[in-house]
Amino acid sequence: MENTEQRLSRLRGGGDPEAHNARTIAAMTRNPGCVRRAIMDAAGVDKPAVAAAVGHPTSIGRLSDFAVSRGISFETRVKSEGCAELLRLLREQLGLPVPQAHYEDLGSTGKGETVSGRYLRSKAMLDTAEQGTGTLFDHPLLRLSISGVWAYLEPDLVAFQLGEKFYVIEIKSFPVIDGVADASKVAASVTQSAVYVLALQSLLSEAGRDPGLVSHEVILVCPKDFSNQATATLVDVRKPLAALRRQLSRMDNIAALLHLLPANVTFDPELPAMELAQALTQASARYSPECLAACEMGSFCRAEAKGSTAILGRTVREDLGGVDAVSTALELATGRLQPTKDLLQAAHVLRLAQRMRTEALAR
Amino acid sequence: MSTLTALARVQAAHHGAAQQICTVRHLHVHDRPLVLVPLTLAGETNAPLAAMVGDRHGNPQVLVVPRPRLREQRFVFVERLANIVLSYVDGFTDDVETLPAKRKDDEPRQRFTDAPQVWVPNPGGVEYLRLMGRMTRFRQTTGDYAVAAGVPQLGKWATWLAEQAEYPDSSVLVAATQALTGFWATGQSSLEDGNLAALMGWIAPPAGMTAEQAAATAEDPILCPPAGPATDPQFDRLVLAPALRDLEEAPSDAVRVRVQERLTLALREQMQPTWDRVWQAIGLLGAQQPGGSVEQRWAADRDRFSDFVAYLRDTGHPQAKRDSAVLGARKLHDMERRLANFEAQRAFDDPLVMGEQRMTGEAFTGIVTWSDPLRTVTLSRRVLRPGIVVETEDPLRLVAGDADLRDPQRPNQKASILRLSESAGKISVSLELQGGTGSGLTAPPGSVPAVGERVTYSRLQVSYMSPGQFPARDQTPWTHGGPPQPYAPATSDAAEDWS
Ligand code: SF4
Repeated sequence: MENTEQRLSRLRGGGDPEAHNARTIAAMTRNPGCVRRAIMDAAGVDKPAVAAAVGHPTSIGRLSDFAVSRGISFETRVKSEGCAELLRLLREQLGLPVPQAHYEDLGSTGKGETVSGRYLRSKAMLDTAEQGTGTLFDHPLLRLSISGVWAYLEPDLVAFQLGEKFYVIEIKSFPVIDGVADASKVAASVTQSAVYVLALQSLLSEAGRDPGLVSHEVILVCPKDFSNQATATLVDVRKPLAALRRQLSRMDNIAALLHLLPANVTFDPELPAMELAQALTQASARYSPECLAACEMGSFCRAEAKGSTAILGRTVREDLGGVDAVSTALELATGRLQPTKDLLQAAHVLRLAQRMRTEALAR
Repeated sequence: MSTLTALARVQAAHHGAAQQICTVRHLHVHDRPLVLVPLTLAGETNAPLAAMVGDRHGNPQVLVVPRPRLREQRFVFVERLANIVLSYVDGFTDDVETLPAKRKDDEPRQRFTDAPQVWVPNPGGVEYLRLMGRMTRFRQTTGDYAVAAGVPQLGKWATWLAEQAEYPDSSVLVAATQALTGFWATGQSSLEDGNLAALMGWIAPPAGMTAEQAAATAEDPILCPPAGPATDPQFDRLVLAPALRDLEEAPSDAVRVRVQERLTLALREQMQPTWDRVWQAIGLLGAQQPGGSVEQRWAADRDRFSDFVAYLRDTGHPQAKRDSAVLGARKLHDMERRLANFEAQRAFDDPLVMGEQRMTGEAFTGIVTWSDPLRTVTLSRRVLRPGIVVETEDPLRLVAGDADLRDPQRPNQKASILRLSESAGKISVSLELQGGTGSGLTAPPGSVPAVGERVTYSRLQVSYMSPGQFPARDQTPWTHGGPPQPYAPATSDAAEDWS
């Protein structure tokens, strides 16, 4: 009998699973009801390759080089001279009583150190850090279990220990102007920070310490106004953290979802396009327009959902009384279709809407 | 969103063409608008890269910042943009009309006979202007960080325009995508409607293409450059980055000029399709019949424009970074009142918008089956209270005792529900009417709906804009932070980084 791990490997067409990062893990929480996505993510399928292979290439996650280099230069600035700027923010803006801070760079030593070796080093350092003083840990290596497979995360962030508590510090390059930042960008970085919080918690539990030592408030560092100066804000991540835990535990139970798939189905990007597309349809999707920005399969799933009311958006579908197909909605509205019992109410509202539109547009 | 709009989307998806969700247009469309298509440099905060701007479709001005990371060059760009925008705006300050005073003791008021209307492709363009305003209005024209006079002036105008755009009843700054989706529903989602090219594809697909093909093409940044202000990352990598590098490294002026021409041409190609689409949108919307109250709302825009011109001529301090407590409360009050009026006016002008109210049972349309224009009741004395019965098939949620209902055709007449009775799927509503019938005991002909007439009653009403009672600036109570410090130009503001 094939075990789950072997099945997942065969699903992705052999080879190593795609490496996850905080962005892709955060994105997993965006459409938790979708079986197709849960299986593809759990198996570490190369979704961009699959999407391209079935004729729907994606540009998700693609950033302008200008944005990337600006991000790097801002981060370098904030972290320069042993994070001097960062410490100033922690003291002055957040009022944290940082007496004198130590700085530990946990970045790769480059001497043939393995990833897991580096993880162990991070763990040891974070575990034995002397309490009471403030310590900044730069480039720690963290990991999360995604359906039983370790995903290593190499955040550009700093974990900060103060007293008993650990804080996650995330440096972002979108501005806070007169105290206000773009809400969607804040939301995106908060979800990513939650990934790190969870990974840091799991590191502490592995080291036999209380995961509750990780603060559920993360410190977000952004440019202030139009300048290169930095500003820091504390943000609560409890909500995205809960969503993340739910989705990851769902994926831990991936075996249950795998049973829904015929045994011969695989999502190998090397398959002929037709066959691959056919295979994908075997795993049920739950498309909504939000997918377009959150999942590499968005364009494919939209094409598949053609003719359904899902492509018009969640609220539209609700306003239509949950009717699935565009044609059904129209036929109910014009009275050509007799509603089944569960659609009586929807049909009534649709007929009324049809009457009003016809009446108003005819005049 | 509502079932009416949802149904329109379903119809659009089915027919492969956008469907009207209004019978008239509720937006004022200027006959000489200014169109602005801005592009910014990725990664920086609202750093201008280029813009296409002008008040004639065939004659755009193309502004390019050849070295967008240099602060001086950004201000050169702002100065050039200011020249264009300010001369456009100033063009509306020549002709004034005189209006009777609002209150008895006031002087007669003056206002400009027209006002500017600026179009940007999408809400990102509105945000661009807001940030541009924030970035430039505090600059000073003297001292160490002196900028050209137009720079802070543009900042104040950009701030004002962006502020107006927060109110749905104002038409001085219009985002094309929002104007279009206010009139048409497409067969895609509202998220995809944010892409001007895709949206226009549903409304007016290019010859030989279906709406769906046009919308699909619109998602390919190579075939269809994004409407900005952000540029396509591929364009940044393949075209912009090499050109900027070549400019930095140009060995001679001759080479620099050539590279600059190449860059300008490339940026122009990125903006041109959007420029054309915004003008096309203006044309399409302008061709629609305007609603009855559009003129009145534009007059209110002209009022606010006139006030702002007067303010600039008087003290003209740049707007504060944050609103004071009193100003914030006043804005909130204004917003609610203007929103309610806008809702009511649209519904009165447009049976499809009224349809939304009828769907929720907050309004009903029906035929008058009985009318007694001479009905009287005795209060302290005998007074005229005509009665009518309206038969409707609408899903009514109003109940007996509900009062203050109005029919758009008789805005001065109030109706209250006396009784409701239902038979054969129809509801008969008995209404008592008050007002709009003169002072005597006989109603003038036509002032009371007659049998057979089609009427619509709703709770909506257009109230007169009574400004709320707010303490004057210097009377702000201490609970709200006390009187705000008047703005004093600070050198630190003028010197603020823009990096
Ligand atoms: S795009 Fe498709 S696979 Fe991805 S979450 Fe949406 S429905 Fe699921």
